[in-house]
Amino acid sequence: MQSLKSASVTNAVRSAPRISQRSVSRTTRPLSTLNSSAITTTLRPQTSRTVSRNPAIGLSTTLLTSRTQHARHGSSSASSSEALQKTPLYDLHLAHGAQMVPFGGFHMPVQYKGLSVSASHAFTREHSSIFDVSHMVQRIFSGSGAREFLERVTPSDLASLGVHRSTLSVLLKADGSGGIVDDTILTKLAEDKFYVVTNAGCREKDNEYFDQELAKAKASGLEVNQEQLDGWGLVALQGPEAEAVLADALDGNTDLKQLYFGQSVYGKVKLDGGKTSAPLLISRGGYTGEDGFEISIPPSETVEVTEKLLQVGGVEKVQLAGLGARDSLRLEAGMCLYGHDLDETVSPVEAALSWIIPPNRRKADAGYYGAETINSQLTPKSKGGNGVVRRRVGFIVTGAPAREGAEIVAKGDPTTKLGRITSGCPSPSLGKNIAMGYIKDGQHKSGTEVEVLVRGKPRPAVVTKMPFVPSKYYKSA
Amino acid sequence: MASIARCLRIARPSVVSAFAQSSVRIARPFSVTANNELRKYTREHEWIELSDDKKTGYVGISSYAAKALGDVVFVELPEEGKEVHAGDALGAVESVKSAADINAPVSCKVIASNLTLEESPSTINKVPEDHSASGGWVAKVQVTDQGIADLEKLMDEEAYKEFTAAEDH
Repeated sequence: MQSLKSASVTNAVRSAPRISQRSVSRTTRPLSTLNSSAITTTLRPQTSRTVSRNPAIGLSTTLLTSRTQHARHGSSSASSSEALQKTPLYDLHLAHGAQMVPFGGFHMPVQYKGLSVSASHAFTREHSSIFDVSHMVQRIFSGSGAREFLERVTPSDLASLGVHRSTLSVLLKADGSGGIVDDTILTKLAEDKFYVVTNAGCREKDNEYFDQELAKAKASGLEVNQEQLDGWGLVALQGPEAEAVLADALDGNTDLKQLYFGQSVYGKVKLDGGKTSAPLLISRGGYTGEDGFEISIPPSETVEVTEKLLQVGGVEKVQLAGLGARDSLRLEAGMCLYGHDLDETVSPVEAALSWIIPPNRRKADAGYYGAETINSQLTPKSKGGNGVVRRRVGFIVTGAPAREGAEIVAKGDPTTKLGRITSGCPSPSLGKNIAMGYIKDGQHKSGTEVEVLVRGKPRPAVVTKMPFVPSKYYKSA
Repeated sequence: MASIARCLRIARPSVVSAFAQSSVRIARPFSVTANNELRKYTREHEWIELSDDKKTGYVGISSYAAKALGDVVFVELPEEGKEVHAGDALGAVESVKSAADINAPVSCKVIASNLTLEESPSTINKVPEDHSASGGWVAKVQVTDQGIADLEKLMDEEAYKEFTAAEDH
């Protein structure tokens, strides 16, 4: 029987109390919901080196089995150095019968009693679900130099981005390799104020990254400050009934029909006793491919607002959903999970994310980290560039589900290696096995027939365009 | 690949939640029920039940495992004629979230696989320990002489119940 450590990557980094490590430029809000223990367990984000690449170990290392310590966090045995953090909704999850797992340094719900992952997945696509994503990191960058700062570390064009508009982006390695440090959603709140959300699993890494970059920025005379919304809630309401549920919960001053995908607005939720919540940043978008909203909530109101959404919607329209369904939904939507489909060895071009790089930044001297490398990748060999050697594509696999680490080989010839699967699962919506992975450039066209080794046997697979399930974003005509 | 036991540990809540408390614990019966002496369990949650001839038997995964794995969406069945030692992979059982090996409880040779599980993998959730035609058994096997000896090392029903009760703490 394999030991726990052999097939899972458990890199827990013990860090000193957070406040003292931070550089001067960063201020933090009070940590109202953290454990009293100041020592937190955090993750060293997974790089391709540390992922078990043995195809025989087909255990899915998706959201469920991430890289935190698997030690049983039983009440008496947990030392302070192993303590996981709790989101503001921790008690709510337990009250709803959640099965909790460690993820990103937090106790997170993977599913709820009486609702299997498949059922929760289906419910999201038919009605709506609420996901607690408060473990993710919310930051505000402000100052006259904030835009230039962010345009140095990402390939985005934040000058053209409208106010209250968002874009998917990536933080790029300072060494110019084009490698991705983390993926992120950037929202322009004002010309000198940006709201940035990054992954829980990259919290400490991103903290160090931003601290270093802010120091450089200050040294070069840019005025930019970072504020981390510690302890704040972030709740994703996703599904065709999401708009109806949220509209009923809001105070009537916000017209959600005018809020399109990629846009955001401040709105207030009606609470009990005739009160309303603080203005909450509501962004239309999400991680499921469905219409939906992500709502940022101050620590003191996260529980009340979430309970209000559940109450107003009712169990026929909205249910809590956990990381289990979140992963199968995002995979059907063709979305990347950092640490699996993206890591520091992957560039946005290889990752099929070139679309996040606007035309006016597609030049070697665009001024962001890795611009030269990325530009060369964007330029095919025939035009004097380098192109890429591998590309992220989708697969439909026949027979057994292919999971992370499974090798992609040529049809009929298992000795010809073509690439590797980085995410995969049985698709609840399609009843087929879907997967995402990197394949040799030249073999990446949709329809290419290949094979994937699962438990030592080659299974037929075909390169498939993503999303696997059509997206239903709310876009203007 | 990972055994069922390993998958269950990973899926186990970091805090014992209502989910774990309610759905997975098996109550000890008040009265002494007759043990099925021919049914044995492995620490990895497979079971084997010998038929009266003491030569052939059925293999599957336990109710405890089936409940904890959640909705099974795919079962990989062994081929007829496959010969395995105790602990070798016979096949696999997969949920949306995870894939786990089904390991042979004893040294044996596969006589037949339960093809029902190919069309209806969820049968394993409904009747995992049923070895009738409509049951969730995985394979019918012929036990070798080594296999008979292997049986001695396995747990009987009582011992397995205690084992799983201990696992829940």
